[in-house]
Amino acid sequence: MNQTITLSRRQFVAASLTAAGGLAISVNFADAATIGATPYGEDTAPNEINAFLAIEPDGTIMFRSPHAEMGQGAITALPMIVAEELECDWARIKVEYASPSRNMREKMVYGDMVTAGSRGVRMSWRMLQQAGASARVRLVAAAAKRWGVAEGECEAANSKVTHKASGRSLDYAALVADAATITLAAEPAIKTPAQFKLIGQSLPRLDTPLKINGAAKFALDTRLPDMVYAAINACPVMGGTLMSVDDAPVKGRRGVIQVVKLPDAVAVVADRYWRAKEALAQLKPEWDTGAAGKTDSAQFAKLYRDTLEGPMASARNDGDVVAAFARAQSTGGKIVEALYEAPHAAHAQMEPLNATARFDGDRLEVWLGTQIQMGALRLAAATSGLKPEQITIHNCFLGGGFGRRGNNDELRHAILVAKAAGKPVKLVWSREEDMTHDRYRPQAAVRLKTALDKDGMPVAFDARIAVGSIQRDSGSGNTPNGLEPQAIEGIANTNYRIPNLRVGAMLRNTHIKVGFWRSVGSSQNAFFMESYIDELAHAAGKDPYRFRRALLAHRGDFIRVIDTIAEKGDWGKPLPAGHGRGIAIHECYDTIIGQVAEVSVDKQGNVRVHRVVAAVDCSTVVNPKIVEAQIEGGIIYGLSAALYGDITVKDGAVEQENFDTYPMVRLADAPKIEVHLALTPGKRWGGIGEPGTAPTAPAVANAIFAATGVRLRKMPLKDANLGGRA
Amino acid sequence: MISLTVNGKAYELDIEPETPLLWVIRDEIGLTGTKYGCGIAQCGACTVHVDGEAVRSCGLQVGDAAGKAITTIEGLSPDTKHPVQQAWLAEDVPQCGYCQSGQIMAAAAFLKEHPSPTDADIDDNLTNICRCGTYVRIRRAIHRAAALMKA
Repeated sequence: MNQTITLSRRQFVAASLTAAGGLAISVNFADAATIGATPYGEDTAPNEINAFLAIEPDGTIMFRSPHAEMGQGAITALPMIVAEELECDWARIKVEYASPSRNMREKMVYGDMVTAGSRGVRMSWRMLQQAGASARVRLVAAAAKRWGVAEGECEAANSKVTHKASGRSLDYAALVADAATITLAAEPAIKTPAQFKLIGQSLPRLDTPLKINGAAKFALDTRLPDMVYAAINACPVMGGTLMSVDDAPVKGRRGVIQVVKLPDAVAVVADRYWRAKEALAQLKPEWDTGAAGKTDSAQFAKLYRDTLEGPMASARNDGDVVAAFARAQSTGGKIVEALYEAPHAAHAQMEPLNATARFDGDRLEVWLGTQIQMGALRLAAATSGLKPEQITIHNCFLGGGFGRRGNNDELRHAILVAKAAGKPVKLVWSREEDMTHDRYRPQAAVRLKTALDKDGMPVAFDARIAVGSIQRDSGSGNTPNGLEPQAIEGIANTNYRIPNLRVGAMLRNTHIKVGFWRSVGSSQNAFFMESYIDELAHAAGKDPYRFRRALLAHRGDFIRVIDTIAEKGDWGKPLPAGHGRGIAIHECYDTIIGQVAEVSVDKQGNVRVHRVVAAVDCSTVVNPKIVEAQIEGGIIYGLSAALYGDITVKDGAVEQENFDTYPMVRLADAPKIEVHLALTPGKRWGGIGEPGTAPTAPAVANAIFAATGVRLRKMPLKDANLGGRA
Repeated sequence: MISLTVNGKAYELDIEPETPLLWVIRDEIGLTGTKYGCGIAQCGACTVHVDGEAVRSCGLQVGDAAGKAITTIEGLSPDTKHPVQQAWLAEDVPQCGYCQSGQIMAAAAFLKEHPSPTDADIDDNLTNICRCGTYVRIRRAIHRAAALMKA
């Protein structure tokens, strides 16, 4: 079945593209989603019942997803929530992206359309349940009206409304036109979790059939008639500007169309990407890098350490920390102090940033992979000088997001270059460009100080945090009282019960831009906090699992998670020499996650992570298989950063350009992973995309300590000197 | 002119022989299932078969591929029924999916050489990067595909 048949504009675009580029746009899969396959020109459909749902004459249920698919399973989990209420035939569900233009016109009917912060299910579940329930009730009302019977005598199930008494039934497709005209006096109640039938099932992902044969369309796969290609180099030192570039070296090169000079970058436009990229390498641009051109990572590390000695903004202050430290010292207590550090880390999503822009008279269309569709619309307007209503955003499948596609610097480049070229342009950042111009996980240093009483329990805790501000570089810019949640999450909101607890932070940015990196502040802060809690346990002579458990006794949900990983992770059971287990537990995005890692360290200091056992409490689970995949993936992502992730700066420029110098965990390094659900029923629909990443680094570092007695207080762990031990 | 056979179809291309095969497949021939990930044969997202062997196409000049039989993900099977694709479907391997064409092509070539692979064989031979971290399911799917091929 061809999913695009009802939309004439789409048929036209599909047909013209096929003729021009040999690219089949319409994908013929009976059960597949169409995201990324449809260049949508129109954002409403004749058979729609509300903004989220259209029911085609053949019974296809077209769901418009407000969130992007970047691997996290949004276009499977979100329609499951709608279908739960709609009582439709799941096999007839198809998915396309909701339109940001329509969202703007219709007062944010799709919400903020942000795909970040593990918020797809977490923030949109109620809206989607309501959309499904509303559609169902109106379909039933339409049937009842047609039959002249009471609505209460009719029932909706499996894409049909049935009148039980008479045995009559009608498919939703036959009712949609009438149902669309029905206005409800009040929106219907939505189901409670106890009533769920579809939600909670491990249904297969809708996008898998498109992702095993090359059919799924990513931004990089965009092909338009008359399209040309651009390769770009931005100033290697972020914030620097282009002074001059001589385009003589590329004049007359085969395929080269023009050199485009932007304030911060130089681009070459050519008839093929490879020709553009090769020509670009011939240019010798002169950059003004300013003072930033003399900086390096050692200076930054010193900056963050020095910042710890200065004033801090207060993020939390319980009890009287100063008095409690004094009291502990005078009553036989113990003071434990440690400095922890984390470097910049790159996202390194598999699809390098790219975008295609096409001006057509006073209109602009762009194709890209974005986590912020409304933000992309605003950015396109600001860059082009057009109004948002003159612009169409075509979001594609995202070849990885992890926060990287939440700023869309590549979109600005594509629009500027397309404007200069006067033709549709596909602009591609090379891997080198992508890795050296990321918005990195912030560099950070923290000093943690705790007083243990004579029984070894913490009575006073003092944390000082120095870290780059994400809001200044990549967010709203708002840092009220000199703070932002991303700087302090995982420490200031700790659930460990310590009576006197103080957390301060100071935001310090360099010219290296920082951004939202999978699990964000929790990435480095969970490493700091959970490694340090481990230190405290050992300083107190207590078992790290039991020590945490005692401090979390007031939280039944945490206890369920930590008991699960201890049991399933064989905590306390014998291990071979050179092996160790480490434990960590963390809460973020309304989800609690614990992990036990088992590692070995050989005599040369080589670390191998054999097994990670995780337990997760997101309270409500839409699709257990997707939850499991997200936790597995989060662990691998966290492990790459923990072991290897180290972006360093020299002469103001990032040194790592590709996977040869910025290594990743591969199959051979991937541990066995077990994921257990340890759910505490409640109102949370906890996020699942990011939490898996946070506890991996500390669980591994704590396991290395258990195996070697060496405490690692700095990521990446590969830099630790673990060799040469007896 | 360079003569190239891709998925059984012959092409005569007026192209610089040093152009990486990857970009010829994507931009000249228009088959976009083969992905660009790193350009230095590190990640494997661009893996195709050249005369039946897995090759990272960003590192192979098209001039060196002339006259050879090239298979891309689009040509692995006419109906997505190759055992590796079926195993990938059954295990719901992909997440973002960007690296998966390369993973599947690498696995398909590997299984021809190792019809009964051990985990150690998989570790030693399959080195493509997946940033979504689908490795657990990739491993399961390879074992499943091996079983399907024997069935």
